[in-house]
Amino acid sequence: MAVGKEIRNQISSIKNTQKITSAMEMVAASKMRKAQEAMQLGKPYAKNIRSVVSHIANANPEYTHEFMVERPAKRVGFIVVSSDRGLCGGLNINLFKAMINAMKLWHEQNVEVDICTIGAKSGAFFKSFGGNVVASVRNIGERPEVADVIGSVKVMLDSYNNGSIDRLFLVGNEFVNTMTQQPTVEQILPLPAADADELKHHWDYIYEPAPQELLDGLLTRYIESLVYQAVVENNACEQAARMIAMKSATDNAGDLIGELQLVYNKARQAAITQELSEIVGGAAAV
Amino acid sequence: MAMTMHCDIASTEARIFSGRVESLVCTGTLGDMGILPGHAPLLTALIPGPVRLVTQDGEEQIFYVSGGYVEVQPGTVNILADTAVRADDMDEVQAAQAKKDAEEVLLNKSAEFEYSRAASQLAEAAAQLRTIQQLRKKLHR
Repeated sequence: MAVGKEIRNQISSIKNTQKITSAMEMVAASKMRKAQEAMQLGKPYAKNIRSVVSHIANANPEYTHEFMVERPAKRVGFIVVSSDRGLCGGLNINLFKAMINAMKLWHEQNVEVDICTIGAKSGAFFKSFGGNVVASVRNIGERPEVADVIGSVKVMLDSYNNGSIDRLFLVGNEFVNTMTQQPTVEQILPLPAADADELKHHWDYIYEPAPQELLDGLLTRYIESLVYQAVVENNACEQAARMIAMKSATDNAGDLIGELQLVYNKARQAAITQELSEIVGGAAAV
Repeated sequence: MAMTMHCDIASTEARIFSGRVESLVCTGTLGDMGILPGHAPLLTALIPGPVRLVTQDGEEQIFYVSGGYVEVQPGTVNILADTAVRADDMDEVQAAQAKKDAEEVLLNKSAEFEYSRAASQLAEAAAQLRTIQQLRKKLHR
């Protein structure tokens, strides 16, 4: 029966797509669990180094590190952490929107912006959008390591140290829960003043060796750990967003199939009815 | 009961140890140092080497740390390790092999390599060996 061949083809092609999206949903769900675990594993270090750095900020060091001195902003740097792959809903676009808004504020004050991109999507976006991309990392994969981000962070820290940028911001997605990912823009340099509620009296560490090189290394680690944590968190966000996007794609495909099936059944029924009435009409005419 | 302090050992990828300890010995840039409860605030860098600690129940534990930082407050010790793995898990053969490889690379000047990287690999392998030897001594005791 020739009726509705196009519709049948369309239905079967949508069914194939649905199979793919539902497989992707399940893969993303299992990867999300792992990514969330990785996020949790990194938390103690991030928490500890944060408390050490806030102790340093609260102490009365004989030496003040450059990372703690606020300078008038002539040029600012952004490190943006995005995913490597697409098909994860509005995750990256929402992030870029937040970043462009933040950049616009600086442009209005005639402040130039340097960008460091982590993840293939942000690299591609800022290449076409325009912007001074000074460093870029891509294809970090699902098991990010600190070593992956060290290089690009160093580029930004070097340009902070030699005075070509005066602020450094970290743009990334915050994992609120599976359904919600919040783009955030956070200032990481100079170190925002800590809320000094504890250890207020005058004290300082014994530094071994000299404070300068010690703080250099420690604060670099701190920034690296912030960026690494953002990468890990973004990874969890990506998988969660992909899971949701693929779930709704699977649902939509199901709706579409239902509608097409209805149209197909109607067309088939109409054809049968027509044939019957033709036969009956023909028999009556004889 | 002996005085104790809180000790956290964490690397970027995992938490290694967290609990109360009686004492701790680690390898700072200026040499080994022991830390007891009530130590003055101290901040120092670590070089590759073992971290030996005695827990609240008097049990001795040894961890390997390939560099990092340690922050000491009177009641807490905070080790921020670059890479810390359980010393028990470490493969002595592998460490010796890595050391041998690094030495070979050092000798073979004609080969294309970065001297500083090889030297740091050698230092790490030697430190790993030292950790394992300490661990072995503890087991045989």
